[in-house]
Order: sequence, then structure tokens, then C-alpha cells
Amino acid sequence: MLKLYQETLRSRLLLGTARYPSPALLTEAVRAAAAEVVTVSLRRESAGERAGQGFWSIIRELGVRVLPNTAGCHSVKEAVTTAHMGREVFGTTWVKLEVIGEDDTLQPDVFGLTEAARILCAEGFEVFPYTTEDLVVAERLLAAGCRVLMPWGAPIGSGRGLNNLFALRALRAHFPEVPLVIDAGLGVPSHAAQALELGFDAVLVNTAIAQARDPVRMASAFARAVEAGWNARESGPIEARDFAAPSTPVVGTAFRP
Amino acid sequence: MKILVNGAWRELKAGELSGVLEELGYGEAIVTTAVNGEFVARGLRLHTPLSDGDRVEVLAPMQGG
Repeated sequence: MLKLYQETLRSRLLLGTARYPSPALLTEAVRAAAAEVVTVSLRRESAGERAGQGFWSIIRELGVRVLPNTAGCHSVKEAVTTAHMGREVFGTTWVKLEVIGEDDTLQPDVFGLTEAARILCAEGFEVFPYTTEDLVVAERLLAAGCRVLMPWGAPIGSGRGLNNLFALRALRAHFPEVPLVIDAGLGVPSHAAQALELGFDAVLVNTAIAQARDPVRMASAFARAVEAGWNARESGPIEARDFAAPSTPVVGTAFRP
Repeated sequence: MKILVNGAWRELKAGELSGVLEELGYGEAIVTTAVNGEFVARGLRLHTPLSDGDRVEVLAPMQGG
């Protein structure tokens, strides 16, 4: 079972809720994935359209845990204020903390991130920081009070998979007890399976499912890949080697002297 | 007075945040608010006076990744 702060979860696949072709497909995808945690956000609400009200009732009907994000925030102040607003609306102390530092890659501003994390953890938030694979930043985030880290696989929405395997392996090895969730950049289920095989505890996927031609089927595919990767990890995979090792027993082979 | 609501200038009569939300037609909608970049909790809206030129954000749940 996956433990994120005080919550124990069966599913190791967390879903984003954005960019689905329709609310119905979002609902179906969440069910197909058997996801228990979905990310949500805040946007300006028009009194006339009230788009947010409909969305929120859809999410509540799903009965899943919500993880409000601070997407779009570029400063500590914006992120902290957005976290406060999210806590009020969504009624949770969980926050996926994003402080964006660079617009082309949506790379986290890790300096702002650690500062915002320190403030929010001190206020009793349970912070899920969207970070890079940097070990020193990870150390600072843990010192700030974070008990879960969410390193990127690749830039948000890029679908490139695990870009920096060496550093991600190092991160896993350095913090064996910390729940690590690969957030962002996964494109296909094999990327998710790879993350779990490497020992990551979970993955968060949005674009790769929402923008697939058949999001519901892709959600199911990701769920199976996550389960496969986790089971593989738990089964003790063999080490890769440089030369062949016959799988058929060689003792008693026919036609030999 | 003129208040900047979600990036658009509005001419409003109400003097405090809760009245402004009512006047704009938010009614019972689930929203969260900030004035001049500072979060204003639901319970404080009645006690948050606004003045000419203030910036109000009215946010609601939305899809997110």
C-alpha cells in the first residue's frame, strides 16, 4: 500500500484532471484507472458561467481525494496565497506545490519552491513539492518539512518519459524511506512501468492520458503498467549482464561427447 | 467605486467584499477570494471593506494537472 502523509492508498497512479475532451471522459478515465487521488486547480470564476461549480460537483461525485495544485504561480507569495485559497475551497491541507521558474520547460524555481514549502509546512500544510531530480534540493525540501517529493520525469506535457535516469536512480537511492512520486513528462505506459521498476512509489499522469485518442483505454493501460512495474519491483528483478546465460539446463544435452 | 474583479474593471455599489460578491451575482457559488493579492477567508468577507482601485480575485475549482 502507498502511504502519502496519513493517507493509505491502493492505487499508485495519481491523475491530473486537465485537458480531457469532456467531463464524461474524465470521469470514465478516473474510474478506468481506479485512481484514488486527482489533482485540481483554481481559476478565475465568472459569476455568469460558473464553470467551476459544475467541475467541482463532478469531482465530488467521483469520491476521490483531491490534491490542489498551485499551477501557474511564479513567486513564493503567489504560491502561498493560492495554497491558502485551495485549502479553503477544497477542504484539504494537501497541496501540490508548484513554483515555476522558466516558461519554456515549466522547470520549477527550486529556490522559491523550498521557501514556499518551508512556509506552508510550518502552517500545517501537507506539501507535495513538484521538483527536479536534484539531490540537494530534495534534502532542503525534506528539511522544510515535506514528507513526499514529486520529481519530474521530463517537462510537463512533453511525454518524454524519464529524462535523467542516472539522477533519478540516485534520488531513489539517497532517500529510500521517502515516498517519491514521478510527476510530469510521462508519455506512454512503459514510462510509468519503468518508474515503478526503478523503485518510485507512484506516478502522476495527466496529458498522456487526457490527450490520448482514447483517454479511457489509455487510463486503463497506465494503471496496468503501474501495477506491472510495482509487482516487478517487489518480485526482485534479475541483474542485467553482459553475456548470455542459457535458460535451458546444459546438463544432459544430447549429441555431446 | 471602481474595483478590478478578475482582471476587469467593474463599477460597484457595495462597500465590502461579501456585498460585492452578492452584487456581482456569485450568490451561493463555491468560490475563494483574494484582495490586492492577499487571501481573504470566507468568514472575513463581511468585514473586508473595499476601496476604489482595489483588485479582487474570485476563484473556483478548475481542472488541473
